[in-house]
Amino acid sequence: MVKLQELPTEEMFAPGHRMCAGCGAAIICRMTLKAIRGPTIVVSATGCAEVATTIYPYTSWRTSWVHIAFENAAAVAAGIEAAYKAIARKGAWDKQVDIIALAGDGGTFDIGIQALSGALERGHDFLYICYDNEAYMNTGIQRSGATPHGAATTTSPAGTKIPGKPEWKKDLAAICIAHGIEYVATASPAYWNDYITKVRKGIEVNGPAVIHVLSPCPLGWRHNSEDSIKLARLAVQTRYFPIYEIEKGKYKLNIRVYKPLPVEEFIKAQGRFSHLFKPEFAKEVEAIQHRIDENWSRILQLCGES
Amino acid sequence: MAKIVGLAGDEAVAYAVKQCNVDVVAAYPITPQTIIVELFSRYVHDGEVNSEYICVESEHSAMSACVGSSLTGARVFTATASQGLALMHEMLYIASGLRCPIVMAVANRTLSAPINIHGDHSDMMGSRDCGWIQIYVENAQEAYDWTIQAFKIAEDMDILLPVSVNLDGFILSHSLEGVKTLEDEEVMRFLPPRKSVYSIDPEKPITVGALCLTDYYFEFKRQQEEAMRNVSRIVKKVNEEYEALTGEEYGILETFEIEDADVGILCLGSTAGTARQVARKLREQGKKVGVVKLWLYRPFPTEEIVAAIENLKALVVLDRACSFGAPYGALCSDTVSALHQFDKKLNISNMVYGLGGRDITPSNVESMFNEALEIAKTGVVKEPIKFVGVRE
Amino acid sequence: MSVKRKLGWKSLPIGGVIPEAGSSVKYKTGDWRAFRPTINLEKCVNCLICWIYCPEPAIVKKEKWVEVNYDYCKGCGICASECPTKAITMVEE
Repeated sequence: MVKLQELPTEEMFAPGHRMCAGCGAAIICRMTLKAIRGPTIVVSATGCAEVATTIYPYTSWRTSWVHIAFENAAAVAAGIEAAYKAIARKGAWDKQVDIIALAGDGGTFDIGIQALSGALERGHDFLYICYDNEAYMNTGIQRSGATPHGAATTTSPAGTKIPGKPEWKKDLAAICIAHGIEYVATASPAYWNDYITKVRKGIEVNGPAVIHVLSPCPLGWRHNSEDSIKLARLAVQTRYFPIYEIEKGKYKLNIRVYKPLPVEEFIKAQGRFSHLFKPEFAKEVEAIQHRIDENWSRILQLCGES
Repeated sequence: MAKIVGLAGDEAVAYAVKQCNVDVVAAYPITPQTIIVELFSRYVHDGEVNSEYICVESEHSAMSACVGSSLTGARVFTATASQGLALMHEMLYIASGLRCPIVMAVANRTLSAPINIHGDHSDMMGSRDCGWIQIYVENAQEAYDWTIQAFKIAEDMDILLPVSVNLDGFILSHSLEGVKTLEDEEVMRFLPPRKSVYSIDPEKPITVGALCLTDYYFEFKRQQEEAMRNVSRIVKKVNEEYEALTGEEYGILETFEIEDADVGILCLGSTAGTARQVARKLREQGKKVGVVKLWLYRPFPTEEIVAAIENLKALVVLDRACSFGAPYGALCSDTVSALHQFDKKLNISNMVYGLGGRDITPSNVESMFNEALEIAKTGVVKEPIKFVGVRE
Repeated sequence: MSVKRKLGWKSLPIGGVIPEAGSSVKYKTGDWRAFRPTINLEKCVNCLICWIYCPEPAIVKKEKWVEVNYDYCKGCGICASECPTKAITMVEE
């Protein structure tokens, strides 16, 4: 845990990028770079945080930064890690270099899952951060495997027959921990201390680490730009997005929510769920609340709490 | 001192890579390239090489990892074939676009569907526009020699483009030959450590892979084309240096008795050997035939090809891949275009053969030469494009 | 790298590389905003909450308080929303 005053003043994420006003991902990029400890290489997948921060000839990154394609941030990170290992072994480099792969939910949950799984299984030393804005936001708000049940996206619109996305969100932490890696965590940018501490922990792990961080999107979630942090907090306070970590197989709940707010508080503030408040879709909100409660019990049990 | 080792094509490639002090190999197995990755894994596990070997989970990730590694300044190698090459297709363009001097061996195998594991050139021909330098070899010796030269060509500061070394699947990849190999030190002297213009060095942070919109993209592609235009000159230079080291003569293409020939066959890969053998026999019969074998396919050596064939009365161009719906197969298309650029006309018959590993026999080749001689006599090309060896 | 006159292929670095880290500072996004944050220094306790949550970043640490860098501030309003002493108000441009 750190104090705000102790965080480095130097901005490794420079202003002048074209991310939307109030973008959760921009906050996450900036916070991530507050946690680095030395020479760092950021490997970015195609997505909002890549496209809007590196429009030729402008770049917001003051660390080494590379973008290759959409689905392979983990594979590229693996290649870079191997190259540095080889170079170090041949005596041409003797410093610590940290590799952070940064991808959205698009480049992680769906098209990127193969590369991530392979890299985790092979045990490369890198930190993988998935900033989750719960849809393919960069290409125009299409649904992803991370889009929650009931959310309206352009490929799962709020229709008269089908109200938003019928499927439920994939559990990324569960997928990652199934690979037996040393560190997996969820986070929310509203809890900056928790997030920055986790990023540093992930960097320090000798091997793969994954952080799944929720990233509010004013445009895609249809909320006011000033509410991004408020929503990132509400997501946790309604138990919609539980914050926990799994270190060497042991689950630990980081943010206890003793008196949860009903999920309505979270979803009523976002336009992407507004159709759920129509009388014919009332059951959907119930179902969502039910799932949240079930999931919370499951997480509590895993964390050894009651 | 040259040492002759019995090596199959795949083994020759793996052995060459071992000697080239490669830093990272990221590869996924696919028939008929598997021997390359298996042999290299053995070198790694026996501590015979100081390289990192990443057993990636797909070919797409193989090329992704290779691009990542290459951007750090490391010397990188991979190998694939057929479906694997098709799977990494988007990454091929990215590798060349980001100017990564990766060397990749392709054990040419046909593309599904239907699924078939045998040799033809469909795989690399399907990716011929990806901006890679493409070399086709005729035997295991050439596979060994060209793999070593490929690194030097790719890493030249006036090029910085990836190179694919193509060898016919099974026909070359799995056939044993006596290959003259170099000593490790000789290869080391021939291939100094790689230098980069830009690399991912965390002490000198740069941004690689930015979004280049309509106002910048075009310029970077023009740069790539310029690098391609430097290839011919540098290949010749590397060939000269290699010849000084080994006595082996290489070049852009190799001809056999073409200078005074009436007709010729132009082809890539192992078929050239068959063609040469048949040509020898026909020459003894007094028929004036010749063979042109292209080593460097991309960039297409327009000048050299035209110089080799311009005096022929007829030419048969062999394509071991089918470019569906196109007026000619890939190699023939390029040849016709080259002639057009130099304002030359020639009677050309395009023959598609050997698809899915269908054998091409000396008698097939003999009938091709005879057809060419017929065209030379009559001046008429009855069928611009023919399929040879298929059952009707 | 001058961006007023765009370079041609002969002068651009190869492969689309941007050799100058952080060059986005040359692109001022301040003209995006419709509302600008104003800080009441009497209420500001220098807690730095606005600083950590700013997406640009457009909040600059000064000795005893913070300042807005209006060259980049897009007027998202997160700083005003999160400030614990309500020291920041969003004023129409």
